[in-house]
Amino acid sequence: MQLDNLYQEVILDHYKHPENKGLSEQKDVQVHHVNLSCGDEITLNLTVHENRIYDLSWDGNGCAISMASVSMMSGLLKNKSLDEATLVLESFLSLMQSKGTQSGDEHLLEDAVVFAGVSKYPSRIKCALLGWMAFKDASLQVQGKNQ
Amino acid sequence: MTFNATAIREDFPIFKRTIREGRRLVYLDSGATSQKPNAVIDAEMDFYRYHNAAVHRGAHQLAEEATDAYEGARTIVAEFLGARSDEIIFTKSATESLNLLAYSFGGANKTNRFHLQPGDRIVVTEMEHHANLVPWQELAKRTGAELAWFGFDESGRLDLSTIESIITPNTKVVALTHQSNVFGTINPLNAIVDQAHQYGAVVVLDACQSVPHMSIDVQDLGVDFLAFSGHKSLGPTGVGILWGKSELLNELPPFLFGGSMIESVTMIDATWAPPPRKFEAGVPNMAQAVGLGVALRYLQNIGLQEIHAHEVALTGRLLQGLQEVSGAQVVGPTDLNMRGGVVAFTLSDIHPHDLGQFLDAQGIAVRTGHHCAWPLNRKLGVTATTRASIYLYNDEDDIDALLAGVNDASEYFARS
Repeated sequence: MQLDNLYQEVILDHYKHPENKGLSEQKDVQVHHVNLSCGDEITLNLTVHENRIYDLSWDGNGCAISMASVSMMSGLLKNKSLDEATLVLESFLSLMQSKGTQSGDEHLLEDAVVFAGVSKYPSRIKCALLGWMAFKDASLQVQGKNQ
Repeated sequence: MTFNATAIREDFPIFKRTIREGRRLVYLDSGATSQKPNAVIDAEMDFYRYHNAAVHRGAHQLAEEATDAYEGARTIVAEFLGARSDEIIFTKSATESLNLLAYSFGGANKTNRFHLQPGDRIVVTEMEHHANLVPWQELAKRTGAELAWFGFDESGRLDLSTIESIITPNTKVVALTHQSNVFGTINPLNAIVDQAHQYGAVVVLDACQSVPHMSIDVQDLGVDFLAFSGHKSLGPTGVGILWGKSELLNELPPFLFGGSMIESVTMIDATWAPPPRKFEAGVPNMAQAVGLGVALRYLQNIGLQEIHAHEVALTGRLLQGLQEVSGAQVVGPTDLNMRGGVVAFTLSDIHPHDLGQFLDAQGIAVRTGHHCAWPLNRKLGVTATTRASIYLYNDEDDIDALLAGVNDASEYFARS
């Protein structure tokens, strides 16, 4: 069933056992993003030391796709440099815009390639991107602060 | 004759197509928009094919035919609501109807009965759709009037116990929904209308979820203004209705200015045509109005009481079925008293968006999210619900398919 491409077990796993959920006390910036079409929301704390993501924590509520995506993203980006994180982010964005024609760069995205199935469902792409857009916003704010 | 939803479905071409790999379409999202019968689609198309011309203008046959069709639709809407033709205003949507009122009230000068100022009060309810909430919030901000509201109890019924402290002598407007688009609750109006009229306030009814589904007579309701949308009533998109009592429409200042709505114009001033023309500036959505007329006739031919009874019976089946689904929790009344065919629910910790996606894979169309009623959701402490809304073309198979889908979803998302 096509639905199984969307809800792969690793996604349901992350949804039930999210990583880095619970906001850190310390942070450089905090952002809050909402999916206007469904009300899903996420708050994300980002701490950067010497251009490297030192801490990335989040809290929020939403569907399996949005929550699993931010969970996986947080594990993937932690300890990466901001430049490396930007490459990962761009790779994920391109996968989401691929309308099911790409399978994703496993080298960069690791487990997050399971979201390839989402790109066939236009109404769910925003779900998968919620956390990533919050991170993009936070990282731009951090870089702005540090300049 | 018993109600025959199967025969009715034959009139709706969309039910001939299949969904997601050949599945039967189970359309349970009529609260968002209804499907259209052939008669409506044909009427809209025929208007463009054979009668298209700008109404109320032009000295030619097409203009006459277009005007007759458009004004004929107005007469149908008036009969449908138990109103007079000159009390029916065509807008582009129910949202525009409600905004028209809010802007017209806001534009009323000091000598006008609709004038609002600091110290005045506008009353709404906590179960309003954003379309009947945000325009009033904004009107309150523009005029300095205060906004007050009725709450609701845990079963989704309006809490009228505080009516006297909410509809106060300084209240000018009471705006509320006839049937909640989330709870399905049909709100009792008598006490509210009496209390409002006692102080000279007008009552504005958002009837989007009631007019398409039950027999309505504006005289019986006792309200002063009523709005509903065409596309939720089997009609086309792009047409909404505002009904107002004749004497109130006479006093109400216009909102949109331009062609058609004037009586006479000089370089520095203008006077207004009588209602409803005063409120219909510009060339209106003619084909859509004509389509709406045909839609309302279609509903009348089947019978609004019969439609309502059919929907209530299916709602009972759905509520009963959901009670037996582990983890399902209905948001709104679980009895059928003063209740329409809108059923919102949550399913254990499965997010509505995921449930909706699962159901879609079975060909079942439901609405998920906050249903444009964010304050209601906040009060309930849920970010979203799944909503099934029932109409005349639904049958027991649709309800059973939904219940089976909900059960299967529980199993599907529990894996891993």
